[in-house]
Amino acid sequence: MPGKLKAKIVAGRHLPIMDRASDLTDAFVEVKFGNTTFKTDVYPKSLNPQWNSEWFKFEVDDEDLQDEPLQITVLDHDTYSANDAIGKVYIDIDPLLSSEAATVISGWFPIYDTIHGIRGEINVLVKVDLFNDLNRFRQSSCGVKFFCTTSIPRCYRAVMVHGFVEELVVNEDPEYQWIDRIRTPRASNEARQRLISLMSGELQRKIGLKVLEMGGNAVVGYLQCFDLEGESGLVVRAIGTACTLDKISNTYAPASAINPCNSSPSKDTKEAGFGEEAPGVPLSSGPPTPLRAQTFSSFSPSKSYSRQSSSSDTELSLTPKTGMGSGGSAGKEAGPLKALLRQQTQSALEQREFPFFTLTSFPAGFLLHVGGVVSARSVKLLDRIHNPDEPETRDAWWEEIRQEIKSHAKALGCHAVVGYSESTSICEEVCILSASGTAAILSSRFMQDGALDVDHRLSRQQAPVFTSGTEKGEGDMGSSASLGFEDLAPPGCGFCHIPYDELNMPFPAQLTYCHCCRRFKVPDVLFTTIDLPTEANVTGKGCLIQARLCRTKKKAQGEGNATSISNLLPFLEYELHTQLMNKLKLRSMNALFGLRIQISIGENMLLGLASATGVYLTPLPSPGGIQIAGKTPSDITYEQHISNMQKKINDTIAKNKELYEVNPPELVEEVIGSPIPEPRQRSRLFRSHSESSDEVSELDLSHGKKDAFVLEIDDTDAVEDIHSLLTDAPTPPGFYSCNTEIMPGIYNWTSALQMFTSVRVFRLSNVNLTNQGLNKVFNDLCENLLKSLYFKLRSMVPCCLCHLNFTVAVPEDELIQVAVTAVAMSFDKEQTLENGRQSCDKTLMKAITENEEQLQFPLELTAESSSNPLSSAKGLSEVSGALPSARVSSLEKASPLPEGRSRSLRSNRSYAGGSVAVVKMTPLSFIPGTKIIKYLGIINMFFIRETTSLREEGGVSGFLHSFIAEVFAMVRAHVAALGGNAVVSYSMKECVFMENPNKNQAQCLINVSGDAVIFVRESELEATPPQPQSASTQTSSSGEGT
Amino acid sequence: MTMELDVFVGNTTIIDEEVYQLWLDGFSVADAVKMRLENGALGECEVSGEVLHSDTMDQYRTFQMCERLLHCPSKLANQLLFQIPAHHQAMLIERYYEFDHMFAREVLGKKLSKGTKKDLDDISSKTGIALKSCRRQFDNFKRVFKVVEELKGPLAENVQHHFLLSDLLAKDYAAVVFFANSRFETGKKKLQYLSFQDFAFCACQLISYWTVGAVDNMMDDMDVDLEKEFLHDLKDLKVLVNDKDMLDQHKSLVCSQLRGRIRVFTEMEANFKNLSRALINIASKLTNTKDVRDLFIDLVEKFIEPCRSDKWTAGDLTLFLTHYTSTASTLETYRYQVIWERYMGVVKSCILKMYHD
Repeated sequence: MPGKLKAKIVAGRHLPIMDRASDLTDAFVEVKFGNTTFKTDVYPKSLNPQWNSEWFKFEVDDEDLQDEPLQITVLDHDTYSANDAIGKVYIDIDPLLSSEAATVISGWFPIYDTIHGIRGEINVLVKVDLFNDLNRFRQSSCGVKFFCTTSIPRCYRAVMVHGFVEELVVNEDPEYQWIDRIRTPRASNEARQRLISLMSGELQRKIGLKVLEMGGNAVVGYLQCFDLEGESGLVVRAIGTACTLDKISNTYAPASAINPCNSSPSKDTKEAGFGEEAPGVPLSSGPPTPLRAQTFSSFSPSKSYSRQSSSSDTELSLTPKTGMGSGGSAGKEAGPLKALLRQQTQSALEQREFPFFTLTSFPAGFLLHVGGVVSARSVKLLDRIHNPDEPETRDAWWEEIRQEIKSHAKALGCHAVVGYSESTSICEEVCILSASGTAAILSSRFMQDGALDVDHRLSRQQAPVFTSGTEKGEGDMGSSASLGFEDLAPPGCGFCHIPYDELNMPFPAQLTYCHCCRRFKVPDVLFTTIDLPTEANVTGKGCLIQARLCRTKKKAQGEGNATSISNLLPFLEYELHTQLMNKLKLRSMNALFGLRIQISIGENMLLGLASATGVYLTPLPSPGGIQIAGKTPSDITYEQHISNMQKKINDTIAKNKELYEVNPPELVEEVIGSPIPEPRQRSRLFRSHSESSDEVSELDLSHGKKDAFVLEIDDTDAVEDIHSLLTDAPTPPGFYSCNTEIMPGIYNWTSALQMFTSVRVFRLSNVNLTNQGLNKVFNDLCENLLKSLYFKLRSMVPCCLCHLNFTVAVPEDELIQVAVTAVAMSFDKEQTLENGRQSCDKTLMKAITENEEQLQFPLELTAESSSNPLSSAKGLSEVSGALPSARVSSLEKASPLPEGRSRSLRSNRSYAGGSVAVVKMTPLSFIPGTKIIKYLGIINMFFIRETTSLREEGGVSGFLHSFIAEVFAMVRAHVAALGGNAVVSYSMKECVFMENPNKNQAQCLINVSGDAVIFVRESELEATPPQPQSASTQTSSSGEGT
Repeated sequence: MTMELDVFVGNTTIIDEEVYQLWLDGFSVADAVKMRLENGALGECEVSGEVLHSDTMDQYRTFQMCERLLHCPSKLANQLLFQIPAHHQAMLIERYYEFDHMFAREVLGKKLSKGTKKDLDDISSKTGIALKSCRRQFDNFKRVFKVVEELKGPLAENVQHHFLLSDLLAKDYAAVVFFANSRFETGKKKLQYLSFQDFAFCACQLISYWTVGAVDNMMDDMDVDLEKEFLHDLKDLKVLVNDKDMLDQHKSLVCSQLRGRIRVFTEMEANFKNLSRALINIASKLTNTKDVRDLFIDLVEKFIEPCRSDKWTAGDLTLFLTHYTSTASTLETYRYQVIWERYMGVVKSCILKMYHD
């Protein structure tokens, strides 16, 4: 019984009228955790009840604490009939289980009902007393921190990056159980919400266990997804990167705290417990250090074996398994430098089953080279799963795909995959599993016990830390590890240098010498799924590049359907790739970052949407133009037509060059080394389909000998390409857009920030559309959506839409759904034009110095905010600043609500007399102009909303509009209750919308996630010296922090 | 091929003040889009009607969802559904409760009942204000009325506290509530020339000087009703016209003060007794609710019209009323100075406000 959960129900407000006769409500609350339920008294005849209950105490296992949510139900007491439910609040108490996250949950939560939406609010206090559990065979993994952020979180440093963790749990979908026929929609929705909440808790706990086993203490880049398979079940799966993170605290913390990898007692006990303390394996360079990887060998291979064997029984994919070694190029070793490098990292990586990293940006010096995008897709039939309730089959599917990705990476001469992600698209019984990432070579320094400072490059701060002998040695090792390659390759261009062997290239490519260092070869184009490294040499600005494609498909069932889909897939991908390439050329750029290709299946069509941010990487050669050629040059008018088009294209290229400030320094192109082969279309995209793997698992995307950027006009595809090329409207003046975290060329962000979600559903008419017609419809849909966004956000100009994340779906036969979540951020125009680079460096430097100077302050503030909800709220009000102003005081005075309420709500976070705390939301991992001082825990919420009065709620748009607003409100409320003032790395993972207008019904499922944080403005950090005004009250608690 | 669903939701609710005004003015989405296109206030961004339509729809939906909260403005600051910056909240509330004076003039003094609501389409066609907007304004009046009707303390302040309005707007509402409560006659043809602002001014005067709260705002009574005792005491003023001596004395005092100072001296001298009688009669009748209602029509018919027909200027009138009031106080046998000044102060400023074409 290692934990005690305590909950207190304080008050309610704005409750709905449940008794028509009196226009009032007799509300009471049920608090449920696991199988224990408590009730408050009935507070009669009030819409603003004051329960002020006692502390309800639940004595529970920490395993349950991780799995279960606290369930609060507000009901209306009825003497004669059954009590009516008003609504529910689910509170995930996971953030309270980590010592570094939140300590109390306290605040107003919207009371949510799946049929009626938000119905009033309830004020709740939740605390957890956790007893230390030393049982090493425990099932819980309390204390492992989870981050959605796909980089090392801002106030931590990575001591070690352990690698890939994944887990998958399956359950029967309550919506498809027999009981669903007799229960109300509300009951069914609630069962589903609760189940998913439980499953994500379980999933997180299991992943946490794996992380502990690996010796880590955190999961970064945690990506959790739902697959609503329908009849065959409901799958919740997650991937992430296990790390050992260290909170950046002050310099005089004991070394043991700084470097738990070596001296953390818990770790030692654990290793002893496993009884497998292997002798340190000496590395090729550096002093002998125990290899962390041994822990993996203790579980993962065996596990994967068992999986594989079980999967071979249940394996029902349409074609034989691909397995490993499709590339078989692992052995192809390259030059001596690479060999040296590989020796170091391979040993660390080879022991990993999957050397995958969900991170998209990396500590400096971690990412050495980037090979290119690797992706794999596979089409599966869900109705062929033997044991739908067991995870084995799906495990095997993913295993297969991961193996493929791994082999692709090997073929590119890379030993790791970064920016890795997985997704599915389901239509009836057919399911496409996709995985993609960027093949890369990583430095070994974060994968062994060499603790090195990262991210913030606190070189000065490091000095006092590395005093003890062992650590010094490791520091040396770290630098010697980096000696091999890095020192020779400047950080601005190093990652562009090819990792594969020049003479034995996995695909035809045109190599040139790097335009920066002129010593190493670089490809002519580079496609990646990661964010642009901060140190990269970029010319000009970047922009969002999208390839959109729609293909009709015959309606079919079962295997036939799956076959036709898998036959279509390669063509779809090829065309998307060509589009991307052309659009890139049109903007005269040479690299794509954050590439995300989404393929969605419907009954009678396939949708493909590739989004990426194009940039001009200075080290890479300047791209050539686009040439149009006609096949029949006889006709004069025809030639004219072509030359017109050519002119248009050339004009667009020139215009784009100006717009994105792409004016690379003219290089005197002396041909050094290998003669440049004639231009050809090349691909950095490495992909395959397991269905077609019996033929060629890697699709060669080069057009053979055909001239690359010559588009032949006779080709209908080319006409389409040109059409889509030229119909892409340029962004209006003052706007920039990208789908990555940062926009190259813009550095001086202001604090103005607007996160938004926009959803559109388009109904195709019954007319039989051709591929071309469909394409145009889809293209227009996306373009118009962007146009609308620009218009809506026009008041923020100059601004950049960052992290533009499109998701497409085919919810029904003739429907196309596009959902976008992004953030618009304003910037100062002044400095953008001249030497943005310099200002960037400056801000970086500033950040570093600040980091050092302010080290003590954040810690104090953290300790303070965590221990006292009131004072932290006060701190927040200063931080958020925007809302509570002079006006508020008059609001307070004016409150017509019964007095006494505000008095009883001591813990109320809505300081300043009941006005609500501002909570910022952003899909990025940071908020410009601020410093994140604390991560409070992961937000992972799943909501269902259903209506049987669609028209009354304003039709589908009205219904979804209010639902999305409600979801935002609930996320904000949870963050505020944790004491936070922002959500970073926010994303809407799922937005499944179904309607039946004839029955006046609609249903929508939304899954959102992010990291709750506390941030402070940098200006305030500077303004307030390390002694915040409220700190005096908190000396005792802050003392324990230091 | 149609857009089935199209929504945009920002973490911070985006509010376009222009669209908000169009919504408040009761324009349909189609009309609003047309107006926005015509206004061309969209700056350089060349936008299609499609984009505008989608944006307008989003905004209209947002406003519709906010409307519920705007009915109880203090909720807007407490609610969690929309994250709206404070200045926008204030704007939303202020604009929502703003009303057309044309409209208010029509409803002024009428009972805020269902019956009146049914006549709104007449008002709408008369004033040219969209029926939707009329309904909103009428509902606002009714809502404010219901809340403050029973409250103690200063009327305008009550309105301001409960509806978070600006000083000016709160005062206007106080006037509306006051008129609705006392049901002053404002609809007569002879009163048509008076604007809402004229009446609002008068209401303010009445509230400030003639109600219970005017004497002692610590009193447990309300600001909405005129003080009964005061109205009763007004009967005593009759002595000024009933006592022949006093009347003559009063007249001669006024005349001596005004001789040569006003252009209409002869007319004034001839009419003095009638004018004085009119004012005193109005005062003495105010104990009857019916006559209270007729206060303004009486003032116009009995006093303003005679003056107007004699072509008094506003300056003449000011001088006359000033001295008419002050000289009465100097009459030796006159004992009702306090009541007199309380009465005349208000009547004077009301008459002066109402004295125009």
